[in-house]
Amino acid sequence: MSKIFVAGLGAVSPAGWNVAALRDALDKGEPLPTQTVARPGWEKPLQARLVPNPPARPKFLTHPRLRRTSPVTHYAAAAALEAVAALRAHPAAKNFRLGIVVCLQSGCVQYSCRFYDETLKNPATASPMIFPETVYAAPTSHVAALLENVVLAYSLVGDPSAFLQGVALGAQWLEENRVDACLVIGAEETNWIIADALWHLDRPAIAAAGAGALCLCRDPKLSTGVELAAVTDAHTYSARQDRTQAAQAMRVQLGKNSSGELLCDGIGNSPRADAAERAAWSDWAGSRVSPKRILGEGLMAAAAWQCVAACDAVGSGKFSAASVSLVGSNQQAIGARFVRADFDISHLSAAATTGNIRP
Amino acid sequence: MLFPLKPLPVAPPRVVITGAGIVTALGLGWKLNAAGFRAGRRAFRPVTLFDVSRQRVKIAAEVDLPKVLPATQLNRRQLERLDRAGTMLVLAAQEAWQQAGWEAAENLPLVLGTTAGGMLFGEAYYRQALHQPQRQRRQAIRAIHYQPQVQARMVLDALGFSGPITILSNACASGSNAIGHAWELIRCGQAERVVAGGYDALGEMVFSGFDSLQALSPTTCRPFDARRDGLALGEGAAVVNLETLESAQRRGAEILGELTGYGTSIDGHHLTQPHPQGNTTLTVMKQACASAGIAPGEIDYLNAHGTGTLLNDSSEALAINEWAGRRAATLPVSSTKASIGHLLGGAGAVEAVVCLMTLREQWLPPEIEFETPDLACKFPIVNRPQDTRVNVALSNSFGFGGVNATLILRRWA
Repeated sequence: MSKIFVAGLGAVSPAGWNVAALRDALDKGEPLPTQTVARPGWEKPLQARLVPNPPARPKFLTHPRLRRTSPVTHYAAAAALEAVAALRAHPAAKNFRLGIVVCLQSGCVQYSCRFYDETLKNPATASPMIFPETVYAAPTSHVAALLENVVLAYSLVGDPSAFLQGVALGAQWLEENRVDACLVIGAEETNWIIADALWHLDRPAIAAAGAGALCLCRDPKLSTGVELAAVTDAHTYSARQDRTQAAQAMRVQLGKNSSGELLCDGIGNSPRADAAERAAWSDWAGSRVSPKRILGEGLMAAAAWQCVAACDAVGSGKFSAASVSLVGSNQQAIGARFVRADFDISHLSAAATTGNIRP
Repeated sequence: MLFPLKPLPVAPPRVVITGAGIVTALGLGWKLNAAGFRAGRRAFRPVTLFDVSRQRVKIAAEVDLPKVLPATQLNRRQLERLDRAGTMLVLAAQEAWQQAGWEAAENLPLVLGTTAGGMLFGEAYYRQALHQPQRQRRQAIRAIHYQPQVQARMVLDALGFSGPITILSNACASGSNAIGHAWELIRCGQAERVVAGGYDALGEMVFSGFDSLQALSPTTCRPFDARRDGLALGEGAAVVNLETLESAQRRGAEILGELTGYGTSIDGHHLTQPHPQGNTTLTVMKQACASAGIAPGEIDYLNAHGTGTLLNDSSEALAINEWAGRRAATLPVSSTKASIGHLLGGAGAVEAVVCLMTLREQWLPPEIEFETPDLACKFPIVNRPQDTRVNVALSNSFGFGGVNATLILRRWA
């Protein structure tokens, strides 16, 4: 059985276009300001946390495949490139076979709304340029084209807990030696319809957008000093197991945690939506970070941010281990643990500390 | 635990299919579909599900759903919340489940492929939010039920099992990828049994999308015909119950066929167009053959992706020619999209079940309207009903975005 390591991290969030921005926001611990999103037919707009414009136009947007792509592809691509940057610079990884798993909950909603709107007005003039960008698989395809050496690619759809299924799938591909490294990306874009749906389902939640990426590998020399230790079973909600029971089952599988560990949970600002996860971790006495409180409800991107924050905390040396708790909205509860790799990582550059730690 | 993985078995177990369910415009269930495919019946008709008066093309292969579903463990409220896609999925899953004779179980994985999931709920949500913004009724339900994982949970509740749900959305390869992924879960020892399949319903947005691309045939869908001018859309679902040979034999189950090979990869050429030479198609057919341990000469029937578009069919034809070599001249090929249209996320799963039918019943599904072979095709297209010996069948599926998948199935005798 191979060990699986984290070779790189990437993030795009309302805090900015890299992991450092995400880390800074979590360190500060203050919820980021919100922006308004006009809601058709309503005077009062909805609130959302949008991704700020990048400081400079990303170079990858000059790639012919990315010219007409939607924001979710831009976020996924930026996070992917950041996560594989160190790997691509390493001579040993020059001819690596890359796998990618892109995880989405709502996917390409901006172009979907636009295309459907055009269809309702007059299908004869609906734009053929837009339609292909509405499919769930579009960001996966564009990222694969951008990275070039991708040999295996899946698009996974589900609630945010599916991000850890993506991590487990990447680990499986590595274990079976089908790829040499695997990028697991969680990405979302937002618009009025997502904010509107959240208003119906979870009123205190603030819609957010962005992406997070983990690059997994087998070779410890390529690692950031972080090892994937465990991904629990997927505890699916069903007629026989409600969300609270599933969250508890996930918690039990992650086992007793040591006091030096960090918990990256998925708790936001919603007493009702957060209740199951709060109950599952009610005995947690260690440090804790809740990215959604700071960044917003980024759906699959938020799940990815949790994992990025966990790996960043362990990679920086501040924590020996970090657990991630994903109690999804309507599918399942899954947890994971990342630990400090048990080999000499003195060659690794010291990362800044991660934060918003609530003892 | 999903990780660490269970140790890989010393030798991967053989994977057999003990249940299959299918819903297409040809009918509900194996029997009606087998009769339709065997005769090459075409199931297209004017679209009734939404307004196509301003569309360029006005036909599709619609499924006639029963007014009342067969009894399942779903309660009245759940039944009210099934849309067309969810209904077709549950119908197919129930047929497969009953045929396999499986009983309620814990930790039984469900792997599904879809491109649109509950998009009909999404469309209704959008229309109401835009045209009746102050009206809140049913919007929360639509926001939840448009998500495919919620439809997947309906399958669990309908049949009384629980387990991890995986939804693959690799566009039109999704159904094949779902079955292939399930096969891998069993082969690498992660599960002994898996329920897998694919589904998609016709929807206004997707229909309009293909029409806007001018990908829909304004005449007749004729895959691989020199006069082909586009694809036709359909809807449907197929589900298979996969298990290790040991498990099936232990239960004394009837085995419908063996899934012996799977290949998948991605073509980075273009978002909607295949590589002109079919490079990745060739790769995945080779991968599938390698995993099945067979040569192209051992394939008795090839169920092509064969959408009927100019680019897809010429690319696939070139790949088949190269992969099959001398065998191409005698390899029977057809695309069942000529009968039921392109089922998108459901296509790969439905076509895998069609392959099972050919293996079980020893016939080939014809393309009745096929007349003039494209010059790129060095293989014969089956264009009339034909009873013949079929021991091994190969099914191709390719998707927007470039994911290609191939499945190989073997007759169980």
